Amino acid sequence: MKFRHKHLLGLEDLTREEIELILENATGFKEIFTRSIKKVPTLRGKTVVNLFYENSTRTRTSFEIAAKRLSADVINFNVSTSSVQKGESLLDTARTIEALGADIIIMRHSCPGAHQLLARHINASFINAGDGPHEHPTQGLLDAFTIKEKLGGFEGLNVVILGDITHSRVARSNIWALTKLGANITIAGPSTLLPKPFEKLGVRISTDLKEAIQNADVINLLRIQLERQRKNLFPSIREYRLLYGLTQERLKWAKKNVLIMHPGPINRGVEISQEVADGKHSVITQQVTNGVAVRMAVLYLLSGGDEA
Amino acid sequence: MKNKESTLVQDEKALDDMIDRMEKAVSEDFKNDPDFVLIGIRTRGVTLAQRLQAMIKARTRKEPPLGILDITLYRDDLSTLAKHPIVRPTTLPFDVDDKKIVLVDDVLYTGRTVRAALDQIVDFGRPALVKLAVLIDRGLREYPIQPDYTGLALETNPRQLVQVRLREIDGDEKVLLLELKG
Repeated sequence: MKFRHKHLLGLEDLTREEIELILENATGFKEIFTRSIKKVPTLRGKTVVNLFYENSTRTRTSFEIAAKRLSADVINFNVSTSSVQKGESLLDTARTIEALGADIIIMRHSCPGAHQLLARHINASFINAGDGPHEHPTQGLLDAFTIKEKLGGFEGLNVVILGDITHSRVARSNIWALTKLGANITIAGPSTLLPKPFEKLGVRISTDLKEAIQNADVINLLRIQLERQRKNLFPSIREYRLLYGLTQERLKWAKKNVLIMHPGPINRGVEISQEVADGKHSVITQQVTNGVAVRMAVLYLLSGGDEA
Repeated sequence: MKNKESTLVQDEKALDDMIDRMEKAVSEDFKNDPDFVLIGIRTRGVTLAQRLQAMIKARTRKEPPLGILDITLYRDDLSTLAKHPIVRPTTLPFDVDDKKIVLVDDVLYTGRTVRAALDQIVDFGRPALVKLAVLIDRGLREYPIQPDYTGLALETNPRQLVQVRLREIDGDEKVLLLELKG
């Protein structure tokens, strides 16, 4: 089947089949990591630009490695030392990058919909690496891939997303992907961080940790995002940890082989204890490896032409 | 492009005979040199290579190692194709350096698939030599690539499609020649 998109802006726009197509290809790409020459010529001569207006270690490096393994030329655009500091607009910056020959632009921006705006004016393909709290599609995909790899499928699986859902693009992308793939989603955390309208997306909402993670197959933990909150939406970090921090003891409430996931970076001792982060249920480091495979699959699928 | 008509050019018995002849030729060539490996090109090249492996083992009591090559990422047409094939893993359970390789595929046409396969193999190491075994050589080469072992040579034109059907994948055994419309 054909991947009919020029851009990857969000998982809300993808069908279940398209998501499954990406995951299927990711398996093939993961095998490349076992080779001694971890490089294939697929995107040779193509220019991929990382345009990150917000900080990132994981995502940006992951995209860079993915593109380089496909033999693309990668440019990491450093916003803090660019003319953006002189007041150059987003559109002008993107136009300049395109004029310099970018084929694919991977962008992270604090404004939801920034990519949509650019996609209307620029010819290059866009990949959304995070647009404010809206979506982070490749994170949603790599989380789904990790679940598929470890648990075989999605139908009827109980997935709990725990933490600051309101400000989380990871939560939103996960919800889109996993509901389309047939999993049961519960979002849990303090009521001040849980958007009630999400019930319309078909997710269950819970403010009680024990009740939320009972029978969970997967618990995806979100970092308490201090930089996004302007108001105190919970009394203190200590109180969050007391009520919602995932410890070894609390893990027993979930299923025996529960998977513990986290998009990173983790706050050790806050949303997740040391033992859980480093324990046998945690697949956090595998998520990072899978991220490269999934991003390779996305770059591959976006790099086609028009011939049948 | 829609299929117009299909002609049976080789039935099950003929196909079996072809593969038999190919195996004999390979075994004869390597009779003093049994340390060779087979690499099948996905998808039907792999099935063929598996059969050859089993037949060689039955005859010589020695089983040549078998590798599986997915050449999708080495194709030369990915930036023009709208529909990308699914990328599947490549598994070569041996070191390519200094190996004698018999590359196996079902149909040899323009030669571009074999070009891609060679480029990919060379990224894994430096083989001692590579020979090519194909079930059907349909001519119309676009690259200077020729088979060392051939089941059958067919004269075809670009408006035709040669379809090899193998029971493990397609449920039956035959070679069809299809006339394409458009």
